Amino acid sequence: MRRGFGRHLSVIDLLLWVFRAAIIVTVVWGSIATLLAGRYSASQWLDFVGFGLAQGGIYALIALGYTMVYGVLNMINFAHGDVFMAGAYTAYYVAAPLGTSGFLARHLLSGLLLILAVSVATSTAIAVALERIAYRPLRRAPRLVPLITAIGASFFLQYSFRSLYGAGVQSYPDIAALSGNLSLGGIAFPRTQALVLAAAVAMMLLLYWIVMRTRTGKAMRAVAEDRDAAALMGIDVDRIIVFTFALGGAMAGAAGILYALTFKQVHFFMGFVPGIKAFTAAVLGGIGNVPGAMLGGLFLGVVESVGPALFLDGLGVPAPYQLRDVIGFTMLLVMLIFRPQGILGERLASKRA
Amino acid sequence: MRASGRSAPTVGILFGGAAVYLCLVGIIETFSRRWVIADVLSLGHVVLLAVGVGAGYVAASAPPGRGYKPGALAGPTAGMVVGASLAALLLAGAAVDLRTMFINASPMLYQLLAFGRSLPEGVALLLLLGAAAGAGGGALAAMSARARHVFLTGLVAVLIVGVFQDLLQLLLQGPAVVTMLRGALFTTDGPSAGGAAAVCGLTWAAVAARARYGDALQRGAASLSPSGRRGLQALRWAVAVALLLVVPIAGGPFVAQVMVLVGLYTLMGLGLNLEVGFAGLLDLGFVAFFAIGAYTMALLTSRGDYGIAHWSFWAAVPVAMGVSLVAGVLFGIPVLRVRGDYLAIATLGLGEIVRLLVLSDALRPWLGGSFGVLLIPKPRIGGWELSGPRELYYLTLVASGLIAYVASRLQDSPLGRAWMAIREDEDVAQAIGINLVTTKLLAYGLGGAMGGVGGAIFAVLVGSVFPQSFSLLISINVLVLIILGGLGSLWGVVVGALVLVGLPELLREFGDYRFLVYGIVLVAMMLFRPEGLLPAAAQRRELHAANVPSPGTGPAVSVAGSGSVEG
Repeated sequence: MRRGFGRHLSVIDLLLWVFRAAIIVTVVWGSIATLLAGRYSASQWLDFVGFGLAQGGIYALIALGYTMVYGVLNMINFAHGDVFMAGAYTAYYVAAPLGTSGFLARHLLSGLLLILAVSVATSTAIAVALERIAYRPLRRAPRLVPLITAIGASFFLQYSFRSLYGAGVQSYPDIAALSGNLSLGGIAFPRTQALVLAAAVAMMLLLYWIVMRTRTGKAMRAVAEDRDAAALMGIDVDRIIVFTFALGGAMAGAAGILYALTFKQVHFFMGFVPGIKAFTAAVLGGIGNVPGAMLGGLFLGVVESVGPALFLDGLGVPAPYQLRDVIGFTMLLVMLIFRPQGILGERLASKRA
Repeated sequence: MRASGRSAPTVGILFGGAAVYLCLVGIIETFSRRWVIADVLSLGHVVLLAVGVGAGYVAASAPPGRGYKPGALAGPTAGMVVGASLAALLLAGAAVDLRTMFINASPMLYQLLAFGRSLPEGVALLLLLGAAAGAGGGALAAMSARARHVFLTGLVAVLIVGVFQDLLQLLLQGPAVVTMLRGALFTTDGPSAGGAAAVCGLTWAAVAARARYGDALQRGAASLSPSGRRGLQALRWAVAVALLLVVPIAGGPFVAQVMVLVGLYTLMGLGLNLEVGFAGLLDLGFVAFFAIGAYTMALLTSRGDYGIAHWSFWAAVPVAMGVSLVAGVLFGIPVLRVRGDYLAIATLGLGEIVRLLVLSDALRPWLGGSFGVLLIPKPRIGGWELSGPRELYYLTLVASGLIAYVASRLQDSPLGRAWMAIREDEDVAQAIGINLVTTKLLAYGLGGAMGGVGGAIFAVLVGSVFPQSFSLLISINVLVLIILGGLGSLWGVVVGALVLVGLPELLREFGDYRFLVYGIVLVAMMLFRPEGLLPAAAQRRELHAANVPSPGTGPAVSVAGSGSVEG
């Protein structure tokens, strides 16, 4: 492969090295300048990390859907971010009356579980329908065909929900029990973020247990390894693929509620950016790799939260928070170009990417 | 189709779900404001009726090769289930206020569904009409293919007259004969019943005549001498060019404005077609080139705060083109190593990075941030300023004509062959001695340059540029239009731009559902006709060589797809 690039290799490689060096210099120089300037206190940095971890937990839950589907089908489910949106947006219509009637204040746990159940059910149903209608008929088509279908499905979902529920932003109810800080060994931590992080970690452990310890999880891993061989061993491949989509959808639905608790609002376009970020997280951890997606999500969340202040503020960039998403997208590019197999990943190297 | 293997109630439930969905997204209500036949039939009711007929047709069609035939009641049953689904929506709406959740569940919608009558009467009517529509669908399924074709073409003609009534009324102005024709076809509300019947009858006659004499005409054309055939070809071109020149004059400034947009999207479509259609490199960040072209033009010519050179349009166009070409090559370098679906996400990221950077405060001193660059002068030729939509239309027409010529020459050049070889199989292309790096970078560079020209014209058309104009939606818009037209097909780009850019502008009520429809178009095209509406010759040949029975069955999809796109 490399030899084939011939004499042009040197020029291209040189440019890529320049790109790499520029990023490293920006990061190092910016960090040193920011830390020397000392504009942020230690507790501010901790706040950044805490927020980043909570945000990263949400990314990780969405990333699991990308990575599992990639594992069994070798395709990017471009519409997965909108599956996440669908759950949170639909659950709003349960959360709002629960909030205004005071039920949520009186029975916090059962109220939250009910909202979560609605979100998970919606996202799961949509993910399964997506597989059945848009992806299954194209399973033997060239790789780009299902990708284009997925882009179409993404737009269809976004604008369906826009037309059904309206284009405006809907506000999730405030929950009194979740406002304020939690003190952990002298460090203040917002309660919502603590809950989000704890719930995300619990979900991930549950998923890890399903994939690694149950019979169906074993079958899933077998299909990911070799679909035809798995079919010969008597595994119902169609059923496993549906199960994978359902599991990914459920995780996205849960992530939707955690997102709504953190940011207190939902709208039809909310799935787009978290979707791409979660994909980035999946690539960071090595796509197809379940623990990798979890780590990648948390890592991306922290870098994005800390990054604008750490890398850019010291360079004198005005309003560095506007460039938060640029940092995320740049990480995606850097990973795809320089280490497409991800931090932990081994899968991509063996399956052509 | 898959659904035809299912029982009538199942088909009915699927189509009924679709009908309820159409009601709740608001399409039915929006369309009900347009009469297909004045005061008799609105477009909203036509759509619902079509769903019922479709259900009947699918339920009554015999599934291929299963030796099983649906009974005579299959059609009406499926149609009735569709009616029952709508009746359920009506009853639910009467019982609880659906509007807290579905913003389009308005009293107006219920009135439409109940045909303006009381609730029980409305429900009964829905069930009856559903069954009747289903029976109609069943009858269609029982017709011979030829009769069905003739019958449906007539109805589609009536529908087209109804949908385009504003445009037609605009065009039918002038001499007394034309005005009389207009009076016969239209009342003040829309097409008259008599007019619709006449259109339908005339279309039937025309289709029947074509079926009778069309073969003879084609044989006649085929038996012409080579010079005669060339003459026929030249005549076709002359007619097409004349039409393009006359459109903005006949249609007025509004139509000219719409045609400028169509021309711009054709330009960008041609550029993206180089990347996706020819070389098979899916690019979701194409809007970046459009933005770079527009900003280069804006900065070089603006008389406002951010203008740096005060150049003329003509001097700035080549520079805008050059800058976008360089940007295309630079974008190409990092993503060269990324293949297939990763490429799509990587280019999407690049496009978003460009937009976010332009929007940010960090670059505001040079690019104006969210306030944009204003006061871009219109192009001038001597003392003549190309200010109105008509003049700009001709500018766009010339530009897209030139670029289409370049693209068609590129297609048949060694470079074009190399692109197609890469599209079909990268490893094989490399093995036969194609330099992947140069070839791919040229695709990005040339495609980017075409997008840049589009951006430059866009900047002078609007007179200002804002970062908000360069969202991902533009990239998707361009992608959808080349996929609809047929990847790799130049005429397909034109058709795609006309359908996807021209139609929503002309039909404002469809404009609200533009991106919803784009999503459906992408999925449906990939499922049923991946080669596009006007497939490129190579794809068509491949389809014929493979002797595919009909598009839509499983193997046809994969065969057709392998020609059009390859990861």
